[in-house]
Amino acid sequence: MEFFNLVFINPIMDMATYPSFFLEVVFGGLMSGVMYSLVALGFVLIFKASGVFNFAQGVFALFAALTLVGLMTGTVPFSLDKALPELPAWVAIVLTLLVMVLLAIAVERIMLRPLVNQDQIIMFMSTIGLAFVLEGLGDTIWGSEVKRLDVGIPTGFFMVGDIQVQVFDLWAAVVATVLVAVLAVFFQWTRTGRALRAVADDHQAALSVGIPLKNIWIIVWSVAGLVALVAGIMWGSKSGVQFSLSLIALKALPVLILGGFTSVPGAIIGGLIIGVGEKVAEVYWGPLVNGAIENWFAYVVALVFLLFRPQGLFGEKIIERV
Amino acid sequence: MFYREAGQFKASYAADQAIFPLRQDQWGVAAMLAVALIVLPVVGNEYFFQAIMVPVLIFSLAAIGLNILTGYCGQLSLGTGGFMAVGAVACYKLSTGFPELNFVVVLLLSGVITAGVGLLFGIPSLRIKGFYLAVATLAAQFFLNWLFNKVAWFQNYTPSGTITMPPREVFGITITGAEADAMHRYLFCLVFVAILALAAKNLVRGPIGRSWMAIRDMDIAAELIGFRPFQTKLLAFSVSSFYVGVAGAMALSLWLGSVETAEAFDINVSFQVLFMVIIGGLGSMLGSFLGAAFIILMPILLTNVMVGGLGLQAVTAKHFEFMLFGGLIIFFLIVEPHGMARLWQIIKEKLRMWPFPH
Repeated sequence: MEFFNLVFINPIMDMATYPSFFLEVVFGGLMSGVMYSLVALGFVLIFKASGVFNFAQGVFALFAALTLVGLMTGTVPFSLDKALPELPAWVAIVLTLLVMVLLAIAVERIMLRPLVNQDQIIMFMSTIGLAFVLEGLGDTIWGSEVKRLDVGIPTGFFMVGDIQVQVFDLWAAVVATVLVAVLAVFFQWTRTGRALRAVADDHQAALSVGIPLKNIWIIVWSVAGLVALVAGIMWGSKSGVQFSLSLIALKALPVLILGGFTSVPGAIIGGLIIGVGEKVAEVYWGPLVNGAIENWFAYVVALVFLLFRPQGLFGEKIIERV
Repeated sequence: MFYREAGQFKASYAADQAIFPLRQDQWGVAAMLAVALIVLPVVGNEYFFQAIMVPVLIFSLAAIGLNILTGYCGQLSLGTGGFMAVGAVACYKLSTGFPELNFVVVLLLSGVITAGVGLLFGIPSLRIKGFYLAVATLAAQFFLNWLFNKVAWFQNYTPSGTITMPPREVFGITITGAEADAMHRYLFCLVFVAILALAAKNLVRGPIGRSWMAIRDMDIAAELIGFRPFQTKLLAFSVSSFYVGVAGAMALSLWLGSVETAEAFDINVSFQVLFMVIIGGLGSMLGSFLGAAFIILMPILLTNVMVGGLGLQAVTAKHFEFMLFGGLIIFFLIVEPHGMARLWQIIKEKLRMWPFPH
């Protein structure tokens, strides 16, 4: 009975007694959920269009953020001198985007093209290899110490009732929303977007009506690079540009299985659910078991969820035939 | 002309279905074992055993475990590190809790305990497949690491949170603990791994292995012709976890001696073992050994060449090593996606023909 109280009654009572604190926790969870969504989005885009489970997405975000910081502080590549002129944020962002596009082209040329038609697991392993390469490359070019990133996103907070709201978090939410809207428009109404959806639907059929597959892959990986850049800027401004940035990729995985590998709305909503869920669990149930349950809570939620709905929230229904 | 099966007639089913039916294979395996058992202990030194041979053997065993699950039964798992941690902790708890228990029994029991845990985490595999399952097994990885880190009982309430293997003897020779001679530990590893590998090779050629492969190749079809997917998959999970658990127990007792569980068996270990299986060759026992040797030796080689040979700074060398390691993996996957075991097959074909082209 005491156990029952401890696990089921007390946390709920806490929530009811201090609703403003609870709301603050939920709000914080939503914000980290937005961040997870951003990374998960990159995964979904690539998986939809090329069937590759891109483990390197987190390192993409790290690499983009490193490049951005390097350009903004005028660091000379491969040395740690800051001899080059410091660039304003928007110039640096455009240049970084260019770097990400070049990276996408390189990945398509060097890695994807020779591996076309291989098993998914082989593709997956090759992206882990890619993650190693980019991690080493990023550190070699820009140095491995923790860097501060400031692209001029306003900080500070204001109060709504007695809830504290971080301005930065609001900005993150706005940017994420805009990004998703732009992507939705791009996929829905442009010629390239239609081609992308066609490829996602059926490679063979898309090829046979004359859609150039290799360009499509470059575009998809570039778009994933863009998403990674946005995620990198957000995470980087929040907690500094450092190696741990690449680990958020691991956090995006439960988001993916919750939302379904092929669904953009799934990535967003899954991210929010995971973000809120793990924050609430950490604050209210964490102390019961010495805390730090954030690391695995998301996975267990996703696992339990999968038992009942194997394709995720919005994933396509899995139909199996012999 | 070197590797011809012509003229080797089998007079009984037993001879035909032997684990190594060809005389060349029998001689090859015998020769390798002889070199490993007799020549290496004479020529090797402390560093060679501790840094190269022991980890290669232990990770070969872990790779065999994962290969059973992924290569033979087709269930992708990223929880290997977590299961190794279970093995290590079980070994620690057993040998500190029951000091008079024989070390071999401790190792085997650690494997059995890990098999039980693996069984538990294998249950979702009936409903979910492929990458979804891979991510689900990550839950095992993170949960187990967290558990061993947070619950002090698993570390016998030591303030530092590390677990240290007490000294144990086998046949009167100390093989664990700080005083144990590296050569003795190596020999014990070798014998143990060789026996377990042989058992695994025996297992996968029989009805159990065939049922795994049927599930791997197409689970619905296998189910329709009468294999029970639930039992078959769970058996694969538990046998695989047994091997991985024993590897974890050996990593603690015979290689590292003292570990912080959450750090020594983190997610990178899972990926490392998966790399070994893929690079070595999915569904091949030989591949598990080749892959483990490749993944363990390459970083050592790269570091030695770059720090020792080219005189780079250790930090820079570390970054280069990352790049080279990743690059080599991509290169390997492009050149031979079926792994080193496939390369060996090609070499055997060539040896059969050589020097005549047809």
